[in-house]
Amino acid sequence: MKAKFALLAVSAAVATIVSASALAQAKEQFFPVLSYRTGAYAPNGIPFANGYVDYLKLVNARDGGINGVKITFEECETGYATDKGVECYERLKGKGPTGATAFHPLSTGITFAVTDKSFNDHIPIITGGYGRADSVDGTVFGWNFPLGGTYWDAADMLIQHIGKKEGGLANLKGKKIALVYHDSPYGKEPIALLELRAKMHGYELLLLPVTHPGVEQKATWLQIRQQRPDYVFLWGWGVMNSTALKEAVATGYPREKMYGVWWSGAEPDVSPVGESAKGYSSLVFQAPAGRGQVHKDMIKYVYDKGQGTGKKEEIGEVLYNRGMTAALMTVEAVKRAQIKYGKKPLKGEEVRWGLENLAIDKAAIKRLGFEGFMTPVSTTCVNHSGEATGGIHTWDGKKWVVSKDHYEADQQIIKPMIRASAEKYATEKKVTRRDCAKEAG
Amino acid sequence: MLYRENGQFKSTYASDQQMLPILQDRIFMAGLLLFAFVAVPMLASDYLFLSLLIPFLILALAAIGLNLLVGYCGQISIGHAAFMSVGAYAAYNLALRVPQLNFLVVLVLAGLIAAAVGILFGIPSLRIKGLYLAVATLAAQFFTDWLFARVKWFTNYSSSGSVSTAPIEMFGWKIDTPAEKYLFVLGVLVGLTLVARNLVRSHIGRAWMAMRDMDVAAEVIGIRPVYAKLTAFAVSSFYVGVAGALWGFIYLGAWEPLAFNLTLSLNLLFMIIIGGMGSLLGSYFGAAFIVALPILLDQVPNLLGVSMSTATASHLASMIFGGLIVFFLIVEPHGLARLWAVGKEKLRLWPFPH
Amino acid sequence: MKKNWPVLLLGAVLLIGLVLPLVTGAAPGGFYVEVLLGGLMSGVLYSLVAIGFALIFKASGVFNFAQGSMVLFAALAVARMAEAMPLWLAIVLGTVIMIALAWVIERLVLRPLVNQEGVALLMATLGVTYFLDGFGQTLWGSDIYKIDLGIAKEPVMVLDKVFKGGILVNKEDFVAAFVAALLVAGLVLFFQKTATGRALRAVADDHQAAQSIGIPLNRIWMIVWSVAGFVALVAGVIWGSQLGVQFSLSQVALKALPVVILGGFTSIAGAIFGGLIIGVGEKMAEVFLGPVLVKAFDLAGGGLENWFAYVLALLFLLVRPEGLFGERNIDRV
Repeated sequence: MKAKFALLAVSAAVATIVSASALAQAKEQFFPVLSYRTGAYAPNGIPFANGYVDYLKLVNARDGGINGVKITFEECETGYATDKGVECYERLKGKGPTGATAFHPLSTGITFAVTDKSFNDHIPIITGGYGRADSVDGTVFGWNFPLGGTYWDAADMLIQHIGKKEGGLANLKGKKIALVYHDSPYGKEPIALLELRAKMHGYELLLLPVTHPGVEQKATWLQIRQQRPDYVFLWGWGVMNSTALKEAVATGYPREKMYGVWWSGAEPDVSPVGESAKGYSSLVFQAPAGRGQVHKDMIKYVYDKGQGTGKKEEIGEVLYNRGMTAALMTVEAVKRAQIKYGKKPLKGEEVRWGLENLAIDKAAIKRLGFEGFMTPVSTTCVNHSGEATGGIHTWDGKKWVVSKDHYEADQQIIKPMIRASAEKYATEKKVTRRDCAKEAG
Repeated sequence: MLYRENGQFKSTYASDQQMLPILQDRIFMAGLLLFAFVAVPMLASDYLFLSLLIPFLILALAAIGLNLLVGYCGQISIGHAAFMSVGAYAAYNLALRVPQLNFLVVLVLAGLIAAAVGILFGIPSLRIKGLYLAVATLAAQFFTDWLFARVKWFTNYSSSGSVSTAPIEMFGWKIDTPAEKYLFVLGVLVGLTLVARNLVRSHIGRAWMAMRDMDVAAEVIGIRPVYAKLTAFAVSSFYVGVAGALWGFIYLGAWEPLAFNLTLSLNLLFMIIIGGMGSLLGSYFGAAFIVALPILLDQVPNLLGVSMSTATASHLASMIFGGLIVFFLIVEPHGLARLWAVGKEKLRLWPFPH
Repeated sequence: MKKNWPVLLLGAVLLIGLVLPLVTGAAPGGFYVEVLLGGLMSGVLYSLVAIGFALIFKASGVFNFAQGSMVLFAALAVARMAEAMPLWLAIVLGTVIMIALAWVIERLVLRPLVNQEGVALLMATLGVTYFLDGFGQTLWGSDIYKIDLGIAKEPVMVLDKVFKGGILVNKEDFVAAFVAALLVAGLVLFFQKTATGRALRAVADDHQAAQSIGIPLNRIWMIVWSVAGFVALVAGVIWGSQLGVQFSLSQVALKALPVVILGGFTSIAGAIFGGLIIGVGEKMAEVFLGPVLVKAFDLAGGGLENWFAYVLALLFLLVRPEGLFGERNIDRV
């Protein structure tokens, strides 16, 4: 058991060094960054992480931090693995003078695991466009923030879109929709809503799971060829998306009938298929590809000084922009909370207040240089997600083209689902509900 | 000089058969237990508990389980994370459906269920040997991955296929702080290590070892292979199942089948090979090594003040990890436990080696 | 011959399973042929990786877990080099790299581990796997890369007179099958007709006897690993052109494991037939058995193909513990 002593000694040493450096910092807000730049999902993980980190750098370089409080950050490689993600969370949660600001776990699996821990650690978990759908309910999931929409919202919007194409939701009766999904909590989330909608509109839902990492899809597409569904919804991530498109080409399934979730519509998903992916559409969650004011700033303040994380040409890619938006919302939450708690490094609990009182309106978006890249977000203690809206963009063989259609998830359907699911979680985990009215007073 | 058994006579059968026949060993063990149970909970930080000590203890338990099968009985399994997942899901369902059960009872039952599944997947070992068996055990790995992802009952119809556990409470003791979790896991581990230690010294352990050394010869001297191999599978799966339940409830808290994937199985195998096959102590060493090494490698660049992207760092870590494994296999094929034994032997002669 | 009945029984069950969808009319003929073809095509790729496994095991008794990583490494090397030079040159250079890699592995890993137990060698190759995964991605990057063999990806409709709806086929698949066949033929010639090939077979039969008549073991190992490296390269290029070259390639290679146990560790023929059986078996199971099971047990989706190959291999092993074409061991005390 000598090894154990050595282990203890070494980790103690690690701990001392870490805490020593923590003491030296003063007016700093620590942002933990869980990212994956290796493994099967690296092609998608890299641009997102670059966007996230670059925006933090930009805030430091352009604004001198958040109202004078410098941002510090540290990346930890999760490789999209849950246990590694939990270790990263534990490693980073206590760093900086006030501990971690908020986590973006960037994987639905890691989100599930750290949600449990958030109740004790009091650090917000922001899952912009992913995570558990029921965590919109802030009274049960006190620390989760699925900002901008959940997978139930996404599935709902897709159904609305094809309903519109068919000339009304009633025309979906007798239609067949196949869901090709990543066989993980991420891919399974939308099923509940699609099943509910299937009962309402009378379409048939075909579930076709694809095993991680998603390069084996021959049988899946053979089934699609046999069943000839009217639409295919693609709920993939990483290499699974491009493989799905390749198999669609190989089995001759029309790409025009394929719709992806917002995680299945970025450049790495279509560029390996190139011209053949033409006609494929996906949801766009707040930020499509392209460049705006903030990107000009990014080049001026970060990249021209040689501080950029990635390549200059990749600025403005779909996932890069999404990473930036995720960072922006965290920064804005800190700003919001500073109004209440003062311009100093804030604790996770204080940041939560900021996240629960987010009010990023059109003017603010314009001021921040994100005009055209995101829609307004406002949250409350009860509703941790804000408005869930989205559009559709289509690949024309070279680039993504955003269409005019705009959808809002039908909360009449989703609200009761959230309530039921959150209730189940609360009883299973013995969570006592927060009383939002009381906290406000 | 200090470590010498001169003058310690064994005058009864009982003293001849005790687990630690040498006085110094007993003192050392007592000190170590005292340290682990009293000093560590007072000293360690939350990060140390949650990211190093608890995974180390749980995986040490799983490694012991695998070692009983591979190291003692000679049946190689590359799919042992499967039995961890059986244990975890069994415990989840027991705790969910029979909430009044004490968590210790849940653990034991989860272990027993894993043992039953282990026997089922151990049946091919009666006909298949060596590396063929090793690859065949992967069937267990992939089948359970699929089973728990597909059959909705196991996950209580969770819409995402992920399950999360309720807080653990037993005898009015709510196990929720890191130190409490650590103590609980440590208690389970120490208890089960004692059982394992005694199992391998008993007739059943000897039957396993005979099977390992030469199965045909063992059969000739009257050991029934069915009995020996299947008990090894059962006991091994029991340990691993309990470890799986702890992994789910105490370390992860919420998980999906991917948490018990092939990588975990391979890591378990690494642990016993690097620690030492056929050695319980080796299982501890191996688990410590495999748990701590990637975390340390990850943090080295940071500590040295070298800035590199996390991608490069993790690629480098993967390369060093692979390289070290090959290095260990070449330098000390019998594992860290052998190094320990050699060290002890040297200590006995010290300071007069001749 | 009394012992043969389980083999026959299993064969009969599988055969019935194979034709059942056709007989019961669960699948129209054209679609059935498509599934069959799809299975065969996947099978060809599994076989390619499995051949690499079998070669190395035959000659050195090492169960080479790193075969998948070698596929990835080779594919990455070719894909990245092809960005700067013509594809054929990249393939030639890639071959050179794989041979160099084989040399390094033989020198640094295998030679010091001579005479170790099988499981220790297996773990050593796992170490190599980790190393190669990290090394390959550091050297070549971890994005998705393309290998373009210049074959059209749009499917072609054939036999639309015979079957209703016709059969969709991909040229790419046929090129893959053709290359695989060529490779196998080349390997057979190499093993049967050249002096090195004979020496190799001698080593596979009995290391010590071979050594005693003056066959240099180390050189043979080196050659075998080089050949396995080349096979990995071919598999990597074909697979990479279909799926894109990315980290996940190394995981697809796991599918080759049930193939080698089904076919027997030491048999090239076993690797080929095993690959085809597994390819067809799992696709059939997924497409025809999957929906039935999902309905019957209210499962959350199919996905049988992940374990079907292993269970199939396990069943085979239960009736023939040494695999389809493996050598029967006789144990002596």
